Amino acid sequence: MSTLFFVLGFPLLGGAVLALVGHRPYARDINVAFSLGTFVAACVLTAEIIADGPILVWHDQFFIDPLNVFMVTLTAFVGMTTAIFSRPYMRIEQDHGKMTPPRMRLYHSMYQLFSFTMLLGFTTNNLGILWVAMEAATLSTVLLVSVYRTAASLEAAWKYFILCGVGIAQALFGTVLLYMAAEKVLGPHGATLLWTNLDAIKGQLDPSIITLAFAFLLIGYGTKVGMVPLHSWLPDAHAEGPTPVSAVLSGLLLNVAMYALLRCKVLTDGALQNQLAGQLMMGFGLLSVVVATFFISRQKDVKRMFSYSSIEHMGLITFAFGMGGPVANFAGLLHMTVHSLIKSAIFFAVGHATQKAGTQVMSEIRGLIKVNPTIGWGLILGVMAILGMPPFGVFASEFLILTTAMREQPWAAPFLFVSLGVAFASMMIRVLPMVFGETTLKPLAHPPALVPVFVHLGLGLVLGLYIPPYLNAWYVEAARMLGG
Amino acid sequence: MIKLAPQLINLFATLILMLSFAMISQRRVVSLINLFTIQGAALVAASVLLGYVTNQPDLYVSAALTLVLKVVFIPWMLHRVIRKLNVRWDVDTLINIPTTMLVGIALVIFSFSLALPISRLSTSMAGGSLGIALACVLLAFLMMITRSKAVPQVIGFLSMENGLIFAATTVTNGMPMIVEFGIALDVLVGVLILGVFMFQIREKFDSLDIHNLETLKED
Repeated sequence: MSTLFFVLGFPLLGGAVLALVGHRPYARDINVAFSLGTFVAACVLTAEIIADGPILVWHDQFFIDPLNVFMVTLTAFVGMTTAIFSRPYMRIEQDHGKMTPPRMRLYHSMYQLFSFTMLLGFTTNNLGILWVAMEAATLSTVLLVSVYRTAASLEAAWKYFILCGVGIAQALFGTVLLYMAAEKVLGPHGATLLWTNLDAIKGQLDPSIITLAFAFLLIGYGTKVGMVPLHSWLPDAHAEGPTPVSAVLSGLLLNVAMYALLRCKVLTDGALQNQLAGQLMMGFGLLSVVVATFFISRQKDVKRMFSYSSIEHMGLITFAFGMGGPVANFAGLLHMTVHSLIKSAIFFAVGHATQKAGTQVMSEIRGLIKVNPTIGWGLILGVMAILGMPPFGVFASEFLILTTAMREQPWAAPFLFVSLGVAFASMMIRVLPMVFGETTLKPLAHPPALVPVFVHLGLGLVLGLYIPPYLNAWYVEAARMLGG
Repeated sequence: MIKLAPQLINLFATLILMLSFAMISQRRVVSLINLFTIQGAALVAASVLLGYVTNQPDLYVSAALTLVLKVVFIPWMLHRVIRKLNVRWDVDTLINIPTTMLVGIALVIFSFSLALPISRLSTSMAGGSLGIALACVLLAFLMMITRSKAVPQVIGFLSMENGLIFAATTVTNGMPMIVEFGIALDVLVGVLILGVFMFQIREKFDSLDIHNLETLKED
């Protein structure tokens, strides 16, 4: 299938080209061009899947179904808008002396390779390659987190590397155990770790091995999802890197880890025929929501606050998938989509706001709406959207998750309500003065690219008001595949 | 030879476990790298032997990858890094070795009891090694927790990878080839990045003590 070739080929080629010319002024445009190419290819691929149904390509090594094709499109889309946003943003960083030409080359090249590893993780059919892609995604971003070479960014990157490395090593152990269970049914050959083959025989996998395997997979991929108590790398890595990197880490990388976890959950549910996987995910999801909310209320750094908000939302998504069933799965998928869109939009707005103020400390950023109304409006609308105000999409998905929780897991509902309420109050109280207060800030040297912010917010709004029928059918189909 | 093979593989497994304990208690950076090299060599020997006995050429490829990466390239690079950073004779301050060893023993018992019901189900002749592999992973984890310098932490990380490869080799006779290559590539890139990192940390903090890296905290 040639379309998939382009989806994976564009970012890989982009990484190679930008490794050579990434420091030149036109590299910013090349970065956007490659991301645009990836997005167009992803759209064509989506159209083909909608028309023809799931496909297996290249000796079954790649598998595209409704679940992952929508993730591929989302990843390519946010990848493209982030590239557009990073054009003026990184130029200003360069003017401020924070980025040198060699660092720009590293940044551009790694940005494309990061896109490649995420798309590879989504499209591969081999659970071993999925692990390899997850690890490669960490490796390609670790140098981006430390690209400013400040003491704090080095510390964040070191923590990111070591904690995620250790976490993901547990996932490899889980994959080995999964292979051990599968080998007894399918025999020892290269096709044994293919998800489509495992899915076909999941009822025959040995329950005791799969239980242990899922425990390791949950710890491993859970670390990358940012699940409490394995989350401590996340706020550091998201806060200390350049803002475009924060946007893609928060908006996209967490989704890849969640996707890996979901694939493993489907197999575990099939093998164990009980609720174990779902209950574990509900427990950790709820813990993440509660703990992250507590930390949101204590933050002073704006990017750290939104990183904790990401942990909170990933916890909510984990909880939704843990409940399972068509409605909760649908809500989880919808929440993943709108969280990606809105959170990256917030990081775009926050990025320009911090550039303007020269600091990430919230009490020193004031009156954005007077200096630059678009940044101010982008930030306040984004925050309202992420906090679940109607009519944005987050409201729709949180509403579905909460009503399902009240019906099926009534014990959890009060925790969720209180957490969402506390998050609302503590974020609003900080963001309102940032947007509306008095200010002495000056405008930026280059006009910021704020189109992506409003495109993302617009899409988040559309998803809250009206989900187009084909998208709806697609979510329903993906939710059905997740079962539970 | 065939008759002796399971015993020999168990011997190598024990050797790998012993080396994990040795690493926990070793203070000198340069000796740690040597212990890591020997552990890699024991892993290669176990893979080759298992490949010969079970007649699986795939395991030779996996052994060759480990040999090139874990026995030759990474130790060479680590030796070079510590020479350049002049931390060759650094002594890591360790908290209470006997206590750490006791915790290590508890981890081994835990791993064995966890792995026992599952290793019975293994199709491989060395399936009993699952407990040892898990113990190596947990011991490496313990080592990373107790160390305060960057280089020993990295060696702990790599030793954890050794435990995982050992699990894959003995329990399932090796992962599919494409996955093995992917893992090897990730390890290689990871080590190169860590090498770059150590120089950056040194440049910034004038030391490789990771206590410097504890400022980002919640108050």
